[in-house]
Amino acid sequence: MAKRVMTVDDSRTMREMVSFTLRKAGFEVSEAEDGQKALSALQSRPVDVVITDLNMPVMDGVALIRALRADPKCRSLPILMLTTESDSGKKMEGKNAGATGWLVKPFDPDKLVDVVKRVAG
Amino acid sequence: MSFDHLRATYFEESAELLESAYAQLSALAEDRADGDTMHALFRAIHSIKGGGGAFGFTRLVGLAHVMETLLDHLRDGSLASTPDRMALLLKATDALADLLGAEQRDEAMPEGFEKGLIAALAAVVESPGRAMKTGLPATALTPAATDGAGWRIIFRPHAALFRHANEPLLLIRALRALGPVSVSVDLGRLPGLEVLEPEDACLAWTLDLAAPVPRAEVEEIFEFVVDECDLTIEPLGRTVTEAVDAPSDAPPMAAAPTAVPRTEQAAAVQSVRVDVAKVDRLVNLVGELVINQAMLVQIGNAVPPEACPGLVAGLETLSQHLRELQEGVMAIRTQPVKSVFSRMPRLVRELSAQLGKDVRLVVTGEATEIDKTVVEQLADPLTHLLRNALDHGVETPEVREAAGKPRQGTVHLSAEQRGGRILIELSDDGRGIDRARVLARAKERGIVAPDAVLTDNEVDELIFMPGFSTAAVVSAVSGRGVGMDVVRRNIQSLGGRIAVESRFGQGSRFVLSLPLTLAVLDGLVVSVGREAYILPIASIVESLRPRPQDIHDVVGRGQVLSIRGAYIPLLALHRAFGVADAVLDPSRGIVVIAETDHAGRVGLLVDDLVGQHQVVVKSMEGNYGRIPGIGGATILGNGRVALILDVAGLAETTDRGAATRHAPPAAAVLH
Repeated sequence: MAKRVMTVDDSRTMREMVSFTLRKAGFEVSEAEDGQKALSALQSRPVDVVITDLNMPVMDGVALIRALRADPKCRSLPILMLTTESDSGKKMEGKNAGATGWLVKPFDPDKLVDVVKRVAG
Repeated sequence: MSFDHLRATYFEESAELLESAYAQLSALAEDRADGDTMHALFRAIHSIKGGGGAFGFTRLVGLAHVMETLLDHLRDGSLASTPDRMALLLKATDALADLLGAEQRDEAMPEGFEKGLIAALAAVVESPGRAMKTGLPATALTPAATDGAGWRIIFRPHAALFRHANEPLLLIRALRALGPVSVSVDLGRLPGLEVLEPEDACLAWTLDLAAPVPRAEVEEIFEFVVDECDLTIEPLGRTVTEAVDAPSDAPPMAAAPTAVPRTEQAAAVQSVRVDVAKVDRLVNLVGELVINQAMLVQIGNAVPPEACPGLVAGLETLSQHLRELQEGVMAIRTQPVKSVFSRMPRLVRELSAQLGKDVRLVVTGEATEIDKTVVEQLADPLTHLLRNALDHGVETPEVREAAGKPRQGTVHLSAEQRGGRILIELSDDGRGIDRARVLARAKERGIVAPDAVLTDNEVDELIFMPGFSTAAVVSAVSGRGVGMDVVRRNIQSLGGRIAVESRFGQGSRFVLSLPLTLAVLDGLVVSVGREAYILPIASIVESLRPRPQDIHDVVGRGQVLSIRGAYIPLLALHRAFGVADAVLDPSRGIVVIAETDHAGRVGLLVDDLVGQHQVVVKSMEGNYGRIPGIGGATILGNGRVALILDVAGLAETTDRGAATRHAPPAAAVLH
């Protein structure tokens, strides 16, 4: 069965790029535009990997990571941060909050697939 | 989905983001900013940059990057937001919009276009007492080195590794993808089962990778976990040990989420993005239903009420629900006019600077919704009107002062829904239309007869005539060979009308009246022989039964109708469409007078008026190509197909068929 990935980003372009890349690689991808929406979508339909942006309205990436790690069902859910090189502080915060790994925007499509496979199995 | 699709999404989204950026910037400038304004602005620029990087738009990314750095300092308070800095950001946003536009058109802005701005932004960021944040140092990877044999990796995870949802098994598998790996596990720290803590990390592995890959590739596999394990990577068969520094313990985890979701989010508008084609399909289907319903009503009317008691009431309810359904579906296609209004402030800024004028733009009703297609096609006419208002309407500060007006001129752009139409108004407090000059110019150009006497309103209308240009000197701003006639034609092609009101010395007001949607048309059904045709109500001036003495034959022009002293060419629909059994004598039929752009007014001879209906426009271009004189087709309540006429096209076609076109008698065009 195809592994399910959720991409959380307020930028539609980024969401579509992630979806496009991963769908081509055989993943099933869902999208959410902020942390809050991701959380509620995950309640009804869990996924195997979450890829989240850090700068988002309503609920940002770090808050999403904390919320997921606080939920017993999501303690071992791999969470990747999609960061930019200027996000260093946020990236550390995200890592400390329990993120599994990170990718730097703009990402290399092959690298994205590799990394998702590496954390999702 | 394809790469082109992604690109299109990026540009579409960037346009929205720019719109949001401009909105935040004006909120900041007008002191309407709240806590989230600066964050929203930052996110907009950040997202444009993020996507731009993915497509390799380096110049745009370069500019966005320094903007973002400045915004970051402004939002964390390490730099104060001063009017100068806001103005700089505004300029930078303009430049960003230009760079985006150029990329979208596959063009490039002139070399060095954004250099000055980048330098200015960088200067602010690097101002004294403020060190520019540098990018994140690349993950400490030792330079790539290959080794003949391979690598020995000693890997001892900490408990933190599991808390971050990393999985040693997957890392080992990833390593195996690089080459053959022999694995030995160190169980030395494994306690007895009775004291085993399931969440502790007790195992360690020695992994021998027998492949001559660069060290960096091995490090990359462990890049997420270097802080959460003891990791040693050494060349196979050597004794030198290179340990990658790792802190002995990972920082403690935060136990609970600390960010409190904001309460406003409950009120946020939830939206779904839908392909326009899907919506159009719905619109079409609802259109079919409307036609079906009309047929049912017609059949129902033929049934005696006592034969089928519930029928009439049932049909009435159906009609009502269907009307609501239709409105609902049409509303999906609508969009706030904001997306086009929001481009105007920049235009005003740039033009007033260029013209040396001081102009304030006041925008209201931006939330008014109108069909997406109409919104998109509104940009050109509105831009043109705004240019005109600034160029010809609003005076220079000196002139205004001398006339006892405030130095700053005001242009008001508004939108509102009234009945089934949207009214868009553009008014200015400038000099207004100089009627004496307009009339003189029109006479000079032969648009009206030298001795014509016109009302004020008629003079104002002259500016919409083809070939009329008011500017005595063709300026770089307005004089681009496009006149108000083109504006009127654009608006008419959207099923709209444009009118002007002006008071000399006090200003002008243009009112655009547009239909809510293009999919439904207010039509007048006319009959010709056994055929029915639809005329768009928007173009109809009046209809009448002419007296025999008002019909004249003019050599080379066919018949004309004399009405209140003016002559209007008559166009017999039965002749244009070759319909038999039609009324041939105009004085026994009906003449519908319609307004066109080029041919002025035209009288259409029909047999009779059947009624006014909302009709669903079906395009025929897909099947028959573009037919001059025909705007589409629709299906009437009786199930028959009727053509929707494009009067202007029809007039032109028949005109070409007739002999050479002579100028109409004096002032005929205006009546």
